[in-house]
Amino acid sequence: MPLNYLPLGKKGRVKKLVSDGIVRRRMLDLGLIDGTEVEAIQKSPSGDPVAYFIRGAVIALRSEEASKIIVEPS
Amino acid sequence: MGLTNNSTGIGALEKELKIERMTDDDKVIAIAGNPNVGKSTIFNSLTGLNQHTGNWPGKTVTNAQGKYKFKDRNFILVDIPGTYSLMANSVEEEVARDFICFGNPDATIVVADATLLERNLNLVLQTMEITSNIIVCVNLMDEARRKKIHIDLELLSELLGVPVIGTSARSGKGLDDLMQAVYDVTAKKIVPEPVKIEYDGVIEEAIAVLEPEVKKHLNENLNSRWVALKLLDSDESYFYPWKNI
Repeated sequence: MPLNYLPLGKKGRVKKLVSDGIVRRRMLDLGLIDGTEVEAIQKSPSGDPVAYFIRGAVIALRSEEASKIIVEPS
Repeated sequence: MGLTNNSTGIGALEKELKIERMTDDDKVIAIAGNPNVGKSTIFNSLTGLNQHTGNWPGKTVTNAQGKYKFKDRNFILVDIPGTYSLMANSVEEEVARDFICFGNPDATIVVADATLLERNLNLVLQTMEITSNIIVCVNLMDEARRKKIHIDLELLSELLGVPVIGTSARSGKGLDDLMQAVYDVTAKKIVPEPVKIEYDGVIEEAIAVLEPEVKKHLNENLNSRWVALKLLDSDESYFYPWKNI
């Protein structure tokens, strides 16, 4: 499931990154590698971006970026 | 964040970063680290300067420098912008990377946030690929203790193969140990041996082909394995500064 479909309060594990180039690099630098646990915590008023809890840090991702992160809901 | 290619890169290194050593023995030390880990606080404590500190990212956009003396030696400290990576996603990252690569510091301190160590180690590993003269400073140890996070500095040092010093820069704790480690590394009393990061077979094979060729064209200050990796990565921004050399 793309990360932007992960409901608030739910956790998932990264299965695959479908982005490439700079965006992919960025996601990897944030610690999003295979198996990383991600939790959707909060939506901004407009619903985009969404705040995710990743390796001890809260990081906001736009749905454009989150849609390229495939997760396995847990 | 307001930086352009013209104000950074090798040109900026020449224009803004004239590092004047008082004597040949003066050592140049770079302070790198993720944004908001307390690099500038450490910088100010060591140099006695009052470089602006603040709790927002992108505060240190170009390099700031200051001096301090420890034992018989002068050190010139260079505060570089906070980055999550040296892969140059932004101009700030380019500034940081260019200084570590081309600024020829005698040692690099990578400051890591003790409360978010895992995420910070990415930059530590990337820096270790470029240079072996590295000291890892795990800052915000006081905050980590408050959050009940225990960090085994000795084990971390053993795993990374480089000196690891714990500090709480706001209260000045651990800074003497940090200065001692920097002194020992620059005096070659301690020779860090960073773990070698090995890639998949195909990539290692390509490096084996490229590296000897790359080596012929580099001066000894640059790490040929790393340049070979960058070539494989086809990171164009990395080769931009070379055009002027």
